[in-house]
Amino acid sequence: MTDATIDVEASERLEIKADADVVKVRQATRNLATKAALSLVEQTKVVTAASELARNTLVHGGGGTARIDLVRSNQRGGVRATFTDHGPGIPDVNLALTEGYTTGTGLGLGLSGSRRLVDEFDLRTEVGGGTEVTILKWGR
Amino acid sequence: MVDRVPILRIGDALLVSIQLDLQDQIAVQLQEDLAQKIVDTGARGVVIDISALEIVDSFIGRMLSSIAGIAKILDAETVVVGMRPAVAITLVELGLYLNDVRTVLTVERAFAVIAERSEGAALLSKLDDQGHDEVGPDDVST
Repeated sequence: MTDATIDVEASERLEIKADADVVKVRQATRNLATKAALSLVEQTKVVTAASELARNTLVHGGGGTARIDLVRSNQRGGVRATFTDHGPGIPDVNLALTEGYTTGTGLGLGLSGSRRLVDEFDLRTEVGGGTEVTILKWGR
Repeated sequence: MVDRVPILRIGDALLVSIQLDLQDQIAVQLQEDLAQKIVDTGARGVVIDISALEIVDSFIGRMLSSIAGIAKILDAETVVVGMRPAVAITLVELGLYLNDVRTVLTVERAFAVIAERSEGAALLSKLDDQGHDEVGPDDVST
């Protein structure tokens, strides 16, 4: 997702420390998705994915940050969101991405589900070093 | 202090209209408040209006399922009303089918579902009161 042809037109950076911050991430994602001219269904999908990942950052990562970008490439608008924490990291990424796998608090749909809702999904994690997840959704 | 979602009583039913962007803690509080209110009022149904919700993620979806489960154990039926089409599309793609939650499109239909259930219960208790002999033979004897 470091493709050089992607221009960032606007950015918002948010701390994720409490429940209320998850709501703020949703609102910021919705705001930029509207500006990127995503359809209502595309907006709803990317906001839902951002909500899942922001909650993961809070619950599993012990808090962190979200950066949400309005991006453009070849006239096409999109939203990119990056979630970073310095929590325990994910020991088995394949397992974590398996639908229905859960550490006990949820339905196990957070990671696998949000991956299905977006066009690009990138997960970097290191045990003891934290986790960074980036998603990107393009308008049609 | 955490905000609360108001719960209104209308006849045999409780009506909850979620008007704010739901924080996880408020959703958990709503679950507890509803359980208490069902017991306090003897409500036969719970109508949850989510027409103002722009998204339902896995946490909120799970909350709807568990409210339905709790209400069922407490002898009340839960009906979720007014899901936006984009929300339905997203939920299914997320993998959340809400199989255990009754959904309808309008509040009128939700109350009709609950009224049917209440009438059914009322009829049964009437049968019990009267004793089976005195009711029309064709209806009961078999």
